Amino acid sequence: MSQQKEWPLWEVFIRSKQGLDHKHVGSLHAADAEMAIQNARDVYTRRMEGVSIWVVESRNVHASNPDEAAAFFDPANDKVYRHPTFYEVPAEIKNM
Amino acid sequence: MDLHHTPTAAVQTYSPELRALLFGYTLQLADTSLILGHRLSEWCGHGPILEQDLAMANIALDLIGETRSLYQYAAELEGKGHSEDDLAYLREAVDYKNPLLVELPNGDFGDTVMRQFLFDGFHLFLLKELQNSPDPGLAAIAAKSFKEASYHLKWSSEWIIRLGDGTEESKRRIQKALANLWRYSGELYTMTQTEQQLAQSEFIPDYATLQPQWDAHVARVFAEATLEVPQNVFMQQGGKTGRHTEHLGYLLTELQYLQRAYPGLEW
Repeated sequence: MSQQKEWPLWEVFIRSKQGLDHKHVGSLHAADAEMAIQNARDVYTRRMEGVSIWVVESRNVHASNPDEAAAFFDPANDKVYRHPTFYEVPAEIKNM
Repeated sequence: MDLHHTPTAAVQTYSPELRALLFGYTLQLADTSLILGHRLSEWCGHGPILEQDLAMANIALDLIGETRSLYQYAAELEGKGHSEDDLAYLREAVDYKNPLLVELPNGDFGDTVMRQFLFDGFHLFLLKELQNSPDPGLAAIAAKSFKEASYHLKWSSEWIIRLGDGTEESKRRIQKALANLWRYSGELYTMTQTEQQLAQSEFIPDYATLQPQWDAHVARVFAEATLEVPQNVFMQQGGKTGRHTEHLGYLLTELQYLQRAYPGLEW
């Protein structure tokens, strides 16, 4: 491995309370996973924001290409029938 | 809460001698956390990276929070109408009873981590036992700070391992920090008269029972960090009886400046 001057970048995900999903909150630098979790604790949970932390090295996140956004996402624009809004919800069913 | 077990109710039942002993001891704990918290706060804005700048500020704030509870309780034990600020800001260097270790200058990041590591283990194992003190005031403060101290020890232990088993430069520096600071670790466990008397009446643990836990943790971390513990070192002491290094005076000058220049100032 080449001599690294900078620590790698990590993406941080925090679960704000039990039952909710982990949400991306930001990123930070750390030498390894253990340190990344500790840093995330110190940087992102100082005000009781979380009960669980995930970290993943940023280089392991693969993203869609913004240049392809039109091809990727625009075709969904005129397909309203894909939304489940054309059904009558029976009166007995609450909380839909 | 059972009214008879509130700190205030308990203090009323103590003899003047016991109150004086507990006052002295609580003050010593408060001074220790205040001085170390202040030292760490000096890193604020100067940390090697943003994440560690925040980590040290967090630990400093934990310690200052503990300090406040201790000074408030000390003032109650003393019963002379002093406030936490009077005790923190308006005493002379000889009146401070912190061990020498915590007043030493920050040095480089390795020196700061080593100072913190040597203290954190002692702090954690002491708080663990103090939670069972028959004195409800000390027990409550210890219970609150115990979780914080657990994280402090984790933080400093991880750094000792990374710096020791890191690059050539980090190893050289952390080994040097250990060589310089080890001689201040013995004072943590050397009991003053106040501590001995309180331990005899079982208000606080006998420090001899804490040391094996500390020895084991420190040895494990140093082994993983591939660091060598200095042998046959003469242990420095004095801080706990008011005989300090020259560094404390400079620290207090800055710490006390505002209250000395503007007595009673609040903000």
